[in-house]
Amino acid sequence: MRYSIPLVVFVLLVALLGIGLKLDPGHVPSPLIGKPLPAFSLPTLHDEKKVLASGDLRDEVALLNVWASWCVACRTEHPLLVALKQNGRVNIYGLNYKDDRQDALDWLARLGDPYRASAFDRDGRAGLDMGVYGVPETFVIDRNGIIRYKHIGPITPDVLEKKLLPLIRALEAPAT
Amino acid sequence: MRHFRLATWLSGLLLAFNAAAADVPFVFEDDTDAERYQRLVEELRCLVCQNQSLADSHADLAQDLRDEIYRMIGDGLSDEEIAGFLVDRYGDFVLYRPPLKASTVLLWFGPFLIFIAAVFIAVRFLRRQAARMDADGQAAATEAEGERP
Repeated sequence: MRYSIPLVVFVLLVALLGIGLKLDPGHVPSPLIGKPLPAFSLPTLHDEKKVLASGDLRDEVALLNVWASWCVACRTEHPLLVALKQNGRVNIYGLNYKDDRQDALDWLARLGDPYRASAFDRDGRAGLDMGVYGVPETFVIDRNGIIRYKHIGPITPDVLEKKLLPLIRALEAPAT
Repeated sequence: MRHFRLATWLSGLLLAFNAAAADVPFVFEDDTDAERYQRLVEELRCLVCQNQSLADSHADLAQDLRDEIYRMIGDGLSDEEIAGFLVDRYGDFVLYRPPLKASTVLLWFGPFLIFIAAVFIAVRFLRRQAARMDADGQAAATEAEGERP
């Protein structure tokens, strides 16, 4: 009985630290979820005369994947995106972030191009407006151009099956 | 002596590398702007190296954000507007001093609650201790009295 107070304090402290261990400090929740995709209008990677703008990501559910040829983690998720495109399950757009055009084109030629179009964000301005801080990042955009989810870091099969695809299916369900 | 000189030289070199994070030469119109810039980059957190401020971080993103803050100061934006620009994009996480709101109440007042609880426990402990010593003293006194013939 004598040690009841220290014991309670100890148990609470262990519980608190235990919760702290489970949290991922690398995961910063985005304030942009539920808000419209920040406006951008950029030349496409393949053709600098063509433009990909935020307004193009409308009327259908889309993924916007922020990538770069210098980004090592992008390489690990890339086969998943290529497979996703082959299944035709969702439209994928790319934001080529602070990259060299030729390097980026070579990278896609070698590893496959899953993107309907990639915007070429040389100076990272559009990425900055989207709060990008760790490439790769993937946004799920609904029919109205609203950001519904943001995944930071490479997409894993687990994330794709458990988070992204169910969300995309739910968003694609015909609105009544 | 020679060793000493080498050591000074080497530490000077290390300092030079260390300082390189934030010393892209920005030119400000006046000293107030320069001070504001310095205060902002020290109060805002880099998202890549999360335990460094924008001033300390060598990350590419930190450089972009420093450029952006410099540009905004040049455009005449207030400190609140500049911090707001970053919060809109990255959330409250970029602020080393988080705002007071429902989700941060515990963060702001938790330490005071713990302090009050600690004082409460300490006072109770001391009172009990004093009461026991009092009781002991009286017991000893009556015992001593009883021994008298």
